[in-house]
Amino acid sequence: MNILITGGRVIDPANHVNEVMDVYVQDGRIASLGAAIPGFVAELTLDASGKVVSPGFIDLCATMREPGYTHKGTLRSETHAAAAGGITTLCCPPTSNPVNDSAAVTKLISDKARQAGFTRVLPIGALTKGLEGEQLANMQGLSESGCIAVSNGRNAIRNSLTLMRCLEYAATFDLLVIFQSQDPDLSAAGVMHDGANAVRFGLPGIPETAETIAVARDLLLVEQTGVRAHFGQLSTARAAQLIMDARAKGLRVTADVAVHHLLYTDAKLNGFNSLYHVNPPLRSAIDRAGLREALLGGTLSAICSDHQPHDEAAKRAPFGATEPGISGLETLLSQALLLVEQDVLTLDQLIEKLSLGPARVLGLDSGQLGLGSVADICVFDPEAEWILTEEAMRSSGKNSPLLGLPLKGRVCYTLVDGELVYQAS
Amino acid sequence: MSHLTAMSHAAPHQLQLNEQGQLRHFLTTEGLSRELLTDILDTAESFIDSNGRSVKKVPLMRGLTVVNLFFENSTRTRSTFELAAQKLSADILNLNISTSATAKGETLQDTLWNIRAMGADMFVVRHADSGAAHFIAENVTPDVAIINAGDGRHAHPTQAMLDMLTIRRCKGEFGKLKVAIVGDILHSRVARSEIHALNTLGAEEVRLIGPKTLVPDTLQALGANIYRDMKQGLKDVDVIVALRLQKERMNTALLPSESEFFRLYGLNEEKLAYAKPDAIVMHPGPINRGVEIESSVADGEQSRILTQVSNGIAVRMAVMSMAITGQLQQQQDLAKQQGAEG
Repeated sequence: MNILITGGRVIDPANHVNEVMDVYVQDGRIASLGAAIPGFVAELTLDASGKVVSPGFIDLCATMREPGYTHKGTLRSETHAAAAGGITTLCCPPTSNPVNDSAAVTKLISDKARQAGFTRVLPIGALTKGLEGEQLANMQGLSESGCIAVSNGRNAIRNSLTLMRCLEYAATFDLLVIFQSQDPDLSAAGVMHDGANAVRFGLPGIPETAETIAVARDLLLVEQTGVRAHFGQLSTARAAQLIMDARAKGLRVTADVAVHHLLYTDAKLNGFNSLYHVNPPLRSAIDRAGLREALLGGTLSAICSDHQPHDEAAKRAPFGATEPGISGLETLLSQALLLVEQDVLTLDQLIEKLSLGPARVLGLDSGQLGLGSVADICVFDPEAEWILTEEAMRSSGKNSPLLGLPLKGRVCYTLVDGELVYQAS
Repeated sequence: MSHLTAMSHAAPHQLQLNEQGQLRHFLTTEGLSRELLTDILDTAESFIDSNGRSVKKVPLMRGLTVVNLFFENSTRTRSTFELAAQKLSADILNLNISTSATAKGETLQDTLWNIRAMGADMFVVRHADSGAAHFIAENVTPDVAIINAGDGRHAHPTQAMLDMLTIRRCKGEFGKLKVAIVGDILHSRVARSEIHALNTLGAEEVRLIGPKTLVPDTLQALGANIYRDMKQGLKDVDVIVALRLQKERMNTALLPSESEFFRLYGLNEEKLAYAKPDAIVMHPGPINRGVEIESSVADGEQSRILTQVSNGIAVRMAVMSMAITGQLQQQQDLAKQQGAEG
């Protein structure tokens, strides 16, 4: 389909573009920027006046819940939500049921995502069978089946020897290993950051060291094995510092941060608001400042949603009995734009963290709008004000702390492979 | 399908008051004004006769139903609430509901909605999860007065207030008092509620004494000074609160042994002598003799442990009668508002 996007401000950090121009899309690719193509007949024209045209967002961690937990979400509902959030590619962790430790599960996820026809889904395969931390999963087979990386999620591999073997094996085939590092004993009983607020609310804490100790151990094994590694959803300043040091030493290590860790602290839990119950937990103001610094400095390459849709019952309980996670696909942009409003990042830098940065983590050539590149595009209005309602949410998970609150910045159009997959009503 | 939008999340102290500033739930001592806490104590005093015992019976809650909802086992607290309700002429229903750690909110919600449908006016709630009473008051049955009888590690406000009453009746005003709380503060909802109440009522100093595993430094943020040594911690204090040491703490690497704990922090005659000569000793009970307190101290002249139990009934009568008044007022005001809008 020939699509013409007119009058928008094109921001493409990869190619240092930031100017108002038309975008011509042909055969699923960027055919021209600015200059008209002779004989080009637009089958669809999208008016982007006063709006931003950016590469589609790439979300490094969005839980789909299918197969196994379809009462919380399905590939159709969650990829629809992703498209509404301007996300054109997402990575889903292997924590489905059955666990994504076989080509069959990978294929099921890919097929269902393709049938849904919204957002590109890149499954992450399991590092160990059943995520049990004992036997190596068929990583190479998973990779051949379409897994972009392997991970054990938040299921810690307690045995360092087993983990070392996993990493050695992954390194053999140059597979990317994604860590969600957390010490299982230090975090076992905890439901929020271990600090003065946890003491005040009488909620069991997860100390900062639950993350830093695990990241330190994992980094040492990454160094020893030479594996390509990515650390997902860091929540502490000192963990980001560890990543910075590792990168300075030349390790092939990247890291990302969930948007809520850049915006909120554990003070949000005053009132026992279970919608802010996340894992890793919202941490201190010092951690938040450290993460912002690491984002600006490049230690953190990407901002993700860490989307975790839940059914209502999972959140309607006393805080400690609720399940952690925020349904964040549809609010990723408006939340991330707060970082621009708060002078943490420029708009160009923000777009880089949402597109080019995660693309580079995954070794993809997307996340940019260069001539001939795949037309994964997000058109958004950074000034549009709106209110998130349960009725309007595409995600099956209505567990957003932003329900009913005024938000700023809204996706207008999302294109995947040069096809319009979402249009704001 | 879902009602998560309707879930509101006010700070607990805002949630506890009606629009006129009266108590309508009693969830925590944190954030309540000195006037309100004093009012609770004064009201409790009015329920105590000249012998120091709670009055026989008053008709303040006649025709109203109080449901004791205990999701955790309790004999003492449940009994005192039951007695208090009876003395207020309320009908009382006791429900012991065992819950597993994995029980979901829907179960709790459905249970409560069913009981409310039977015509309950007040829930006295004990639950293993911090914030449970708050969750119920805010998102499940806001139209029923909720009294928190202990939620996880978070709060046990009626226990704190009966301790405040005991202190006030023994020592008069709070302004010059040094109060030491000894033992497992980290896991103690009583201690948290007491620290807030003591600070609000203007105590000169609140001290917390124990090892770092039970008294983390972060507790200072509640407005207390931390001591690791009993001799220093008890020096010149007017009130000592010894907390129960739960035996399971020994199995989770928080302490080496009961004997070591008793040697360092157990309240015996020798350690009691560090405090002022007229210091009083309190304990929320049930006591572990020879673990956190020696029998001679628990049964001694300075002990007020049984006085606390007696005061517990009067304080619970005060809180229940005040909360039901505030809650009924709130419902009337809401009805008037809706009538005016309709």
